[in-house]
Order: sequence, then C-alpha cells, then structure tokens
Amino acid sequence: MPATANLKDRACIVGIGETRYVRKPGSGKTVLQLHLEASTKALADAGLAGRQIDGIIPSPYFVTAEELASNLGAAQLRFATTVHMGGASPCAALPVAAAAVTTGMADYVLIPTGWNGYSMARARDIVASDATSLPGAAIARDYYIPYGLTAPPQWYALIARRHMHEYGTTPEQLGAVAVAMRKHAQLNDNAIMCGKPMTLDDYLASPVITAPYRLLDCCVETDGAAAMVVTSAERARDLKQDPVYISGAAAAQPHPADEMFNRKDVYEVGMTIAAPHAFAMAEVTPADIDFAEIYDCFTFEVLQQLEETGFCKRGEGGAFVEGGRIELGGALPVNTHGGLLSEAHTLGLNHIVEAVRQLRHQAGARQVPDARLGLVTGWGDFGDGALAILRR
Amino acid sequence: MSYTKPLPVRTGHTKEFYDWCRKHELRFQRCGDCRAWRHVPRELCAECGSWSWEWERASGRGTIFTWTVAERPLYPAFADDVPYAPVVVAMEEGVRLLSAMVDCSPDELAFDMPVEVVFDDVTPEIALPKFRRRRGA
Repeated sequence: MPATANLKDRACIVGIGETRYVRKPGSGKTVLQLHLEASTKALADAGLAGRQIDGIIPSPYFVTAEELASNLGAAQLRFATTVHMGGASPCAALPVAAAAVTTGMADYVLIPTGWNGYSMARARDIVASDATSLPGAAIARDYYIPYGLTAPPQWYALIARRHMHEYGTTPEQLGAVAVAMRKHAQLNDNAIMCGKPMTLDDYLASPVITAPYRLLDCCVETDGAAAMVVTSAERARDLKQDPVYISGAAAAQPHPADEMFNRKDVYEVGMTIAAPHAFAMAEVTPADIDFAEIYDCFTFEVLQQLEETGFCKRGEGGAFVEGGRIELGGALPVNTHGGLLSEAHTLGLNHIVEAVRQLRHQAGARQVPDARLGLVTGWGDFGDGALAILRR
Repeated sequence: MSYTKPLPVRTGHTKEFYDWCRKHELRFQRCGDCRAWRHVPRELCAECGSWSWEWERASGRGTIFTWTVAERPLYPAFADDVPYAPVVVAMEEGVRLLSAMVDCSPDELAFDMPVEVVFDDVTPEIALPKFRRRRGA
C-alpha cells in the first residue's frame, strides 16, 4: 500500500476558534453568525485577516463558502469545496486542506462548522425528512423509515447490539465511555455538562432510548460553532501560535456507504479503510499516540473506532475502555474536553480544536503531560470515517 | 382508517421491489452472470460488474441478525408504537433486510431465531415485508 509521504508534516493547523456552546434558550444567532463568530476567532488566533483566506471548506449543510467569503472579505477565493461526509466532514476536510496548501491551490484554508443543533434543527429530524441530507437518505426513506428506523441512535444501536452478542460487550463498558467523557467535561467551562458529574450508576439508571443505547449513551445536541485555519508548514513558521502539524490524514467510506446492513463485515466502516493510510503517512503506530479525540456520537462508536483504528483488536474495545485507560491520567486519554457526549456537538470540529490545544500545551487543567502526538477522528452518516494524526 | 406512517417512494427499482411485495412475493435482484443476490436494488453487480440481473424470488426464510428496541419516541408517526423493535433479518440468500416481526414482542427476540416473511398490506398500493416465527424450524 502506498504511503502518501509527500503530505506528511507539510501542512499545519495555525488557528482555532469556538463559540460558547449552549442549549436553552438557544444561541439566539443564525447559523451564519455562528460560523462567522468562530471563524473570526480562528483568524484572530492565527493572526490573520479575512482577506488572507483563499480557501474555504464548509460542512455540506449550513452555509456556503460564498457567503462566508463575502462577509470575511476573502476576495481571492481560489479553493472552495465541500467534503460530504456527515459528521466527519470537518475532519475529512483536513487532508483536503493539507493537499491544497501543499500544492499551492490555496495559501490559507478556513474550515468552519456550526449549527443550532439544539434550538433549531435536530439531527433526527433532518435525516428523516430530507432525502438529500446524507447519501443513504433515500434508501433509509424507502427501506428503513417505514419500519420506524428513523434516527441515528437507532441505526447504530443495531450494530452495537450485535457486537454485544458476538463479543460480550457490556452496558458497563459503554458506560465507561460516558463516564470518562463526563469526567473530562468537569474541567471544561465551555462543556454543556460542566457542573453535572455522572457515575456509572447514574449511567445505568438513565432511560433506554433505543436498546442498548440509554440517554447517557447519546451525544448532546447544542448550538454553537467552531473553526480552524490550515496553512503550509512554511507559512506557519511566520504566525504567532506554535503550529500543529498534520502528520497523517485520511478519510474513507464503507462499502456500501449508503446502506448499513448489507456489508460483508458489519463492523468494517470508513475508519477501517482510512486508518492504515493515515498511520502510514505519519509513519507512526497507535502505540505512539498520546491522546485521542474520537468522534463520540454515541458510546459504542468510540469502542468501534478504537478497534477499527487499531488501538485494540476487533471485539476488545469493551475491555480497552475499562479501568480508567481512556481517562486523563490513563494510558490513552480520550476526549479530554468531554467530547460530543459531554461538551458539544459541533460535528467533531471541537475535537480538532481540543487536540490543537493539547499539542500547544494550552489545555490547562485538562493538559495531557508532554502531549506530542494526538489522534482526531470523524464519523458520519452510515459509518463514513476520517482521521488525522497531529503532532507538535 | 388511513395509514399515517411514512411509506416508501415508489420510483425506479424501489417501485419494482414493492410491486412484487404487493403480490406477496419477496424478490431480490440477482446477478445474471455471477448469480450473487443483492439488496437494496442497484444498477450493476458490485461483485462482477455485470449489468445483467433479474428479480428472483427468495425463499422468504431467514434468521434474526440483530435488532434494537425503540423505547423512546424519536419520530411522531411511531410514537404510539413504542416500544417497538426494528429487526435485521439475514436471509438464506445472503442479503439482509431491515424489517419487523409481527408475532414477537421485543422481549421474545433472539439471535439466529428462524423467521419467514409475511406481508402487511398497509395501503392498497404498498405491502411491507415483515416476518413471523418460522413454523417447523
């Protein structure tokens, strides 16, 4: 398998920005305003002006590159594209942005995302009503929704249930993920669940939404936005923050991507295909990773991604997350900001922001000591996957 | 009494699939060259690249591959059915079908339970394939 070694460490994340993450009473802002708030914060963090942005990769659903550019004064927009990967869209934009700045297609690429995912538009409603919302939406409309399988937790719960049967994965192991993310959120004053600690007993007592998923297996729904700026390693040297190098990055779809239950191996997802390419590009292995910000739409997906990325063997994800291994202080801290489960749902761009903070050694009370190499993942639609290996 | 739950949109191959269901026949596309069965309907055989296929009648027999139990409503039209269990059935032909049982409560479901297809005539145009416990299995 060819290693795309020519992209390794050629591009850097040089600016990050986030809004406050809120639920009630809603952000009170439009999706565009949220995007612009996070974007201008990322630009300020990088020490860049809006007119310097010449590449924009927005998520597919919310705002266009054009309206962002018009507001930011990005008058030389040469690279405007969208990666259509559901929640994985921001992470999957990283290799695209890295390729753009390495080849000179753009100098400074802005990757923003955000929505009023609490006050205006719930994911469960979007995917069940809009046949263009994800590649499998028409298949879901015709073959899933008539039977009441309408929302992401229900889709994924089918796979989680099978994994529990085949490998003995337990509710307590799913709960260990929820507990770890909630523990980390207590150190993060922008996390929705800051101030709301949770024990494993609390988790087990929470109501079942779609078995085996309980309420506390499910990500929070929030209003907010986040953004990042990517440039070449050469340009990064002139900017004010320590650059964070994109050492490896890849994205992939499972087969078939648009239908969940007719895969030869139901656990083989986009991550399974993408991970070896990202690790080969970075020339590292999972053992080298100091922390991982893993797209935690639901608890089981963290186990599945740990398995498919190669941190442990298939079926061993449950044991891997037990005993504090994934908590701060453990061997592989996961979602040091609280994740989608306890910080906010910003399509995982918040995971990349946190990884950058960790690698800049600016994570404060959440800092993983001497963090040098981090992993971020994205998950979308029916199991599309993306990952990036970032280094200091 | 009208049926208020969402229905498939009957265009293209989906229309053909559900037209067979209206006749109470479960048929899947089968490749004319390599004989692989497939579901959901496609244009090409992803195994061998052939454009040749037919709607071939399936045995209707399968086993339960997995399920979930929807205990909290997430979609208004199904709110009154809670708790209900969408089921994935592994058909003898090798394809898997997302469906529902007609004669099992969610508590009675078991992995590898043998099942057979039945048809629920929800409207004059549409019969949804569902499953019951397989007799004599």
